Amino acid sequence: MKPRLLAEGCATRLAGPLLFLKRTVDVGLNEAVEVSGADGRTRLGRVAAADIDTLTIEVLESTAGLALSEIVVRFVGEPMGFALGPGILGRVFDGVGRVIDGGPPIPARETYPIEGLPWNPVARDVPRDFIETGVSAIDLMNSLVRGQKLPIFSGGGLPHDRMAADIATNARLARGAKGDFAIVFAGMGLPHDSAEFFRRRLEQGGALERTALFLNLAADSSTQRLLTPRYALTAAEYLAFVEGKHVLAILTDMTNYCEALREVSSSKGEIPSRKGFPGYLYSDLATLYERAGCIHGSGGTLTQLSILTMPSDDITHPIPDLTGYITEGQIVLSRDLDRRGINPPVNVLPSLSRLMKDGTGEKYTHRDHPALASQLYSAYARAVQTRVLAAVVGEDGLSEADRRYLAFGEGFERNLVNQAGARSFAESMDAGWRLLKGLPHAELTRLSDEQIARCLSRA
Amino acid sequence: MSMAAIRWISGPVLRATVQGSFFLRECVRVGPKALLGEVVRIDGDEITVQVYEDTTGLKPGTLIEGEAKPLAIRVGPALLGNIFDGLLRPLTGIDARVRPGARAAAPSRLAFSPARQVGDAIGGGESLGELRPAAGRALALLVPPDVAGELVSIREAGEYDDVTPLATIRTADGRETGVAMSHSWPVRVPRPVARRLPMREPLVTGQRVLDALFPVALGGKAAIPGGFGTGKTVLLEALAKGCAADVIVYLGCGERGNELAGVLEELPQLVDPRSGRRLMERTVIIANTSNMPVAAREASIYSAITVAEYFRDQGLHVALMADSTSRWAEALREVSGRFGELPGEGGYPAYLSSRLAEFYERAALVETLAGTRGSVTVMGAISPPSGDFSEPVTSHTKRYVRAFWALDVKRAQARFYPAVHPLQSYAENAAEFAPWWNENGNTQWLELRRRFLMLLDEQSRLERMAKIIGKDALPARQQLTLACADLVNEAFLRQNAFAPKDRVAGPAKQAAMMRIIGRFIELATQAVAAGLAPDRLARLECLRPLVRMGEEIGNDEPEKFEAVGAALEAEFHALIPTPEKRDEAAAAG
Repeated sequence: MKPRLLAEGCATRLAGPLLFLKRTVDVGLNEAVEVSGADGRTRLGRVAAADIDTLTIEVLESTAGLALSEIVVRFVGEPMGFALGPGILGRVFDGVGRVIDGGPPIPARETYPIEGLPWNPVARDVPRDFIETGVSAIDLMNSLVRGQKLPIFSGGGLPHDRMAADIATNARLARGAKGDFAIVFAGMGLPHDSAEFFRRRLEQGGALERTALFLNLAADSSTQRLLTPRYALTAAEYLAFVEGKHVLAILTDMTNYCEALREVSSSKGEIPSRKGFPGYLYSDLATLYERAGCIHGSGGTLTQLSILTMPSDDITHPIPDLTGYITEGQIVLSRDLDRRGINPPVNVLPSLSRLMKDGTGEKYTHRDHPALASQLYSAYARAVQTRVLAAVVGEDGLSEADRRYLAFGEGFERNLVNQAGARSFAESMDAGWRLLKGLPHAELTRLSDEQIARCLSRA
Repeated sequence: MSMAAIRWISGPVLRATVQGSFFLRECVRVGPKALLGEVVRIDGDEITVQVYEDTTGLKPGTLIEGEAKPLAIRVGPALLGNIFDGLLRPLTGIDARVRPGARAAAPSRLAFSPARQVGDAIGGGESLGELRPAAGRALALLVPPDVAGELVSIREAGEYDDVTPLATIRTADGRETGVAMSHSWPVRVPRPVARRLPMREPLVTGQRVLDALFPVALGGKAAIPGGFGTGKTVLLEALAKGCAADVIVYLGCGERGNELAGVLEELPQLVDPRSGRRLMERTVIIANTSNMPVAAREASIYSAITVAEYFRDQGLHVALMADSTSRWAEALREVSGRFGELPGEGGYPAYLSSRLAEFYERAALVETLAGTRGSVTVMGAISPPSGDFSEPVTSHTKRYVRAFWALDVKRAQARFYPAVHPLQSYAENAAEFAPWWNENGNTQWLELRRRFLMLLDEQSRLERMAKIIGKDALPARQQLTLACADLVNEAFLRQNAFAPKDRVAGPAKQAAMMRIIGRFIELATQAVAAGLAPDRLARLECLRPLVRMGEEIGNDEPEKFEAVGAALEAEFHALIPTPEKRDEAAAAG
């Protein structure tokens, strides 16, 4: 590590998160700094701009309490990094990677830059290994594979926390050894009780000792919130690609992260784009979401399950909209299904898993799985359409076939999406075939004659 | 060489004090890692530079070196079958992480056999001989378009690497220029052609909904707008695998790393049915994934089209897939914001429209400088925010493209792929392709296309009405329309990109399917006119094979289509109550 440089008494201006210094040391762009004042607290920051005479420091924590004359800036000499080593599982960190569980510090082996460098697409392996989550709406209809980034689009008051915790405790690989499975949990702007809920659920499921928790609570600094997922993903990448574990990273709540980004951007006086969010929201989110995948020869994988609450349940809001353009699909929760007691309330029509085609079928799940999922989709879409029709002309005005679709739609929600406990993949398949039995066989155009003869008579 | 020293830096933009002269859009190398940048503004002794890579660690005083040429890439035969970043630097053979800094392609060796002799007068863009790579098609050694004169020397046949000069040309002003297999060309300058040719031929994409309803011309332009999850990438990938072009340039601009990994894994395994060669051999992939530097994304689109033009100049038909132009426009917006330019509509700079025009106008069917016929067809995906097609990128693109393939959320949600919406999409001048289809075995193409489109249009109107009065209340003729439109959708427009037989539909298969469905509509119309109840149509024996024929009958099985057609005729024949049959029935009764 380079020697640390100090700058004292050269601060000239403080404006929100920006601190201006006379340039007395020769430092490079984006290098990390620690700013402290009379209160003795150190605040993380980075060099945001530099010219011949002045340095602009972006302070990533609250600048309240700083006085110009007392500011001491320590230059780390390299971009912000996270010192990691074995033994980070089972530990609790704050939003910037400091141990807060009262235990000893992490025995660091190497420092990794928290921004991470982009992965070379050539070095990536195609994600293929099916993960059984125990949720039929995911396993059967929108399969999750190792190395995928699949967010849950939810809304305030919907059971996304419970669903994520269930997946974290139930998830298992359908193929191969159990391997080393680890969870990295990043809570951004999380209320205290939600954080506690996750901790308790992981503990009950016996998963806590293979989990690293990064907590930036709702009351913590919002600028620090921008660092939380970066520290957490750096740890996740370390576990996956250095220690060779299969890591599931749960990031919640991405909406809080984006709000913090907007706050910091506007305090820097940047030109806002849609809904006041900065124009680089897409690129910024991509630097987080793209840190998932399988890297050739590393042994481990990094799967991302991020949760975001759609402001006023609006899927066209910039946060879910841009997320959907980066992630490999999305699981959408519906308030309507939740009200009707369907749990988990997954609305399968707008949900999608883009990598499903690579991780399903004969070699991975079951040879009839892709056709069955496609047929269920087609039939459920028609059922939903028929529902609209029935709402206007009444059920009596429907044809016999339409009435059967209506019954199918109801059954699909009650008996396939809705589930009391975790379901095995085979059970999910059986539930799907049972539902299709109620439809006229001639209309099952996504299944081959052979599949109809073989599967529908048996189910 | 001109030099400059950094005075101010923030993000990817820096200002520097110059010693020597720089010109606007000059390519520069920044700092010890030789990061690539471009001069974007000159003010007295100060230049503003846009850096294409991560600028972490740069500081005031760092030196900048001018290259004395605009941003250029090296185009040559060795591009085929490889993957590059947005500035056309190879991604193979480097670390798992993409680090900023200069790196050159390792030279590759190809066999050369000369076709011209010393003393010949050589024009710009002409061929000096044949190049044969280890795998893939033979190409020509092209003289750069801006070099012409007398051939002074040329090497004899043999194997050489692609950067060694193999010939020398003395230009009119007496200077001697060496010509290697590959040459450098500025990305923002369109490569010259002899002349542009009128476009009367479609680029066969292998996707039924596109070829039959919304064809794009060879050398034409198409846009594919669609919200997230509507299948833009899957459609572009299907086009890259199935379309009848000689060379594919696939630009992943701000898209997902995992998807590119999928393309990279799949293409080397697939075989082009037309040439019998591996698909990868005809493909160049340019990748700037969403987490790579934004400024390079802005340049990647120009790199891609310059590569496409190079292969066009070889006398080849090139298809360029850009996924997605919205990410490029956003990069333009982001960079423009850093320069403090006044934002226009949607925050995009006011020159968005002219930049889009510059890009799309480089698509063409041409006579090359060498006298051959080549084309660049551009297909650009658009990712409109919230799936709203009225946003600036979509609306400006619409002004320049001839084919518009709008993807529909409703269809995608029902897993109806490709989710091209038949009413929102269009293809201008589709009628011009009728003679081509005539020659290629589909004499009814224009008539059937019109009929299918009318059916789909009527369907949307009738469905609105059915929502109010109920389907059963519609008259028999209108119920028939709904049934026929359903059939066109399910049996013809839906195409399974993952079913081996359905992946790519050749012209003959498309013609056969159109004919059979057209015949069904005719017969069904006759049957209903003769008194058959429309709901009886749904129970026809021949219907299921009809709907499944896309997935179950391959391109090389015309006899199976004959069988489906024959079964159709037979069933309707038995069904339609002709006067003779009525007499027979009366006699029997």
